[in-house]
Amino acid sequence: MGYQQDPKVKPAGLSGEVSLPAALADVELVQAVRTPAAIDYIATPGASLSAYLRGMKQKKILGDVCPVTGQVFCPPRGVSPVSGQRTTEMVEVADQGYVESFNVTRLPIKSRPDLKPPYVSAWVVPDGSSTGSIALVAGIEPEEVRMGMRVKAVWKPDDELEESAANILHWEPTGEPDVVLEDLRVIGNPDGTAGGAQ
Amino acid sequence: MSKQRAAVIGVGQTKYASTRGDVSMAGLVREAAYRALEMAEKTWAEIDAVVIGKAPDFFEGVMMPEVYLAEALGCVGKPILRVHTAGSVGGSTACVATSLVQAGIHGTVLTLGFEKQSESNAMWALSLPSPFTTSINAGAGGYFSPIIRRYMAFSGAPELIGCMVALKDRQHALNNPYAHVRDKELTFDKVVESQMLWDPIRYSETCPSSDGACAMVLASEDVAEAHDGAVAWVHGTAMRSEANNYGGRNVVSPKASEDCAADVFAQAGITNPRKDIDAVEMYVPFSWYEPMWLESLGFAEVGEGWKMVESGATKFEGGDLPVNCSGGVLSSNPIGASGMIRFAEAALQVMGEAGDHQVDGAKKAFGHAYGGGAQYYAMWVVGSEKN
Repeated sequence: MGYQQDPKVKPAGLSGEVSLPAALADVELVQAVRTPAAIDYIATPGASLSAYLRGMKQKKILGDVCPVTGQVFCPPRGVSPVSGQRTTEMVEVADQGYVESFNVTRLPIKSRPDLKPPYVSAWVVPDGSSTGSIALVAGIEPEEVRMGMRVKAVWKPDDELEESAANILHWEPTGEPDVVLEDLRVIGNPDGTAGGAQ
Repeated sequence: MSKQRAAVIGVGQTKYASTRGDVSMAGLVREAAYRALEMAEKTWAEIDAVVIGKAPDFFEGVMMPEVYLAEALGCVGKPILRVHTAGSVGGSTACVATSLVQAGIHGTVLTLGFEKQSESNAMWALSLPSPFTTSINAGAGGYFSPIIRRYMAFSGAPELIGCMVALKDRQHALNNPYAHVRDKELTFDKVVESQMLWDPIRYSETCPSSDGACAMVLASEDVAEAHDGAVAWVHGTAMRSEANNYGGRNVVSPKASEDCAADVFAQAGITNPRKDIDAVEMYVPFSWYEPMWLESLGFAEVGEGWKMVESGATKFEGGDLPVNCSGGVLSSNPIGASGMIRFAEAALQVMGEAGDHQVDGAKKAFGHAYGGGAQYYAMWVVGSEKN
């Protein structure tokens, strides 16, 4: 019983001598190939995301409305992930919202050397949006961040605003009472009503 | 729509390790394929087609490696196709290979999943900045940590349940000679004291980065009946997907997960998974996913999966529903193979071929994989008897 073989023993079919053509006789065997890869994008944001980026320069956050369910998606993609339908209407959502849940990263990340651990990445749902996205929460000790905590966006100075999501530096507590999360397994709001504004 | 029967007649795995510097990518897949052929008592000539899966090309930076691996898999001139479904790919690959047999298209199919993480950087390949967005996420742990935090708050589970899972799976790995992490010195206190990476996830509660490959030979009923060795009959396969961000999404137990489980258990005629299944191989890359999936898949009541962990119900020794007797993803994680290892280990259990981690008398076993932002699911049920 027991097919389990010693994993250190090569399968019989691989244990024989390898015969190489004479031309390859002195060539070193390839055992590992490390291939650093990089991709340069030329990306076009599309109609919804373009409107969103232009809005960011005005310190306005725009979302897409699902034509079937009324859910508001922010940032917008031009399509509703719940109905699969193209979106045609955009609405402005608030630059305040609440924290659905969060992570405290305690190791440095390569893409953001400016972030010193520990730092808090949280799902922030802006008021008026049905969904959240992962955002930086600062201005509070990581140990004091809570699920349901009310937060507001901290924008770059007006003269530094660009057509960029990076205009929001981070989100910080408003000091308002926490939002009560009804079902802790569920995120966002299934209907088109304003998320978290209470 | 009637399907023909399919069965596993061979399983082959490589030794999983952080660096398999002794073999190339081609050598790695050939090693697993050879072992699967040996167990199946088949030659390359008897394989009709190859179905292969791995993580996205960006991991190792080799574009479409399946094309250059065709020779290593004895597949020149035959159909070879690649499956992509993020971390669940090993499971989906097995499902697709099975479907080729069930559809009567091929009689004998070799399926294989692999990853060479030592030639890759998975954590950062998973955190590529998307255009027009800000990037603050640090790998898969940063994504799953808020979900785990939600589960902990929802269920009221004791804080150290995740550490119990981590220790259990590492102890199980000591019975599996193929496992990557085999640390005899690991204790519960060491797990608890290991560094917080993505709070509430500790270092010891996360999966390793591994090199490795896993292969299976799938066969039609005729071919399986003619085979002298052990056979695992496929009783059901299912796959589902869903969007990762919409209002009202149950992130702790996504609908696609529940639907996929309901489908595969219905196919297999299983009404009480905890009672009817003898061994579970579940995709648990972060320890807390064991109690979460136990609930989502119907092995435990909602909110009570952690009680099964706490009571020892999921342990190899003494548990009534042993989970990840192989050591699981927490002990070996060659990403593209990790799902297939779950499926293959489930098959080994009902074949009676799981060696030192064999569950006595296992008749039905469950293999499971998930991927993306808990978006892609692949599952199967295998049995020692025909269904």
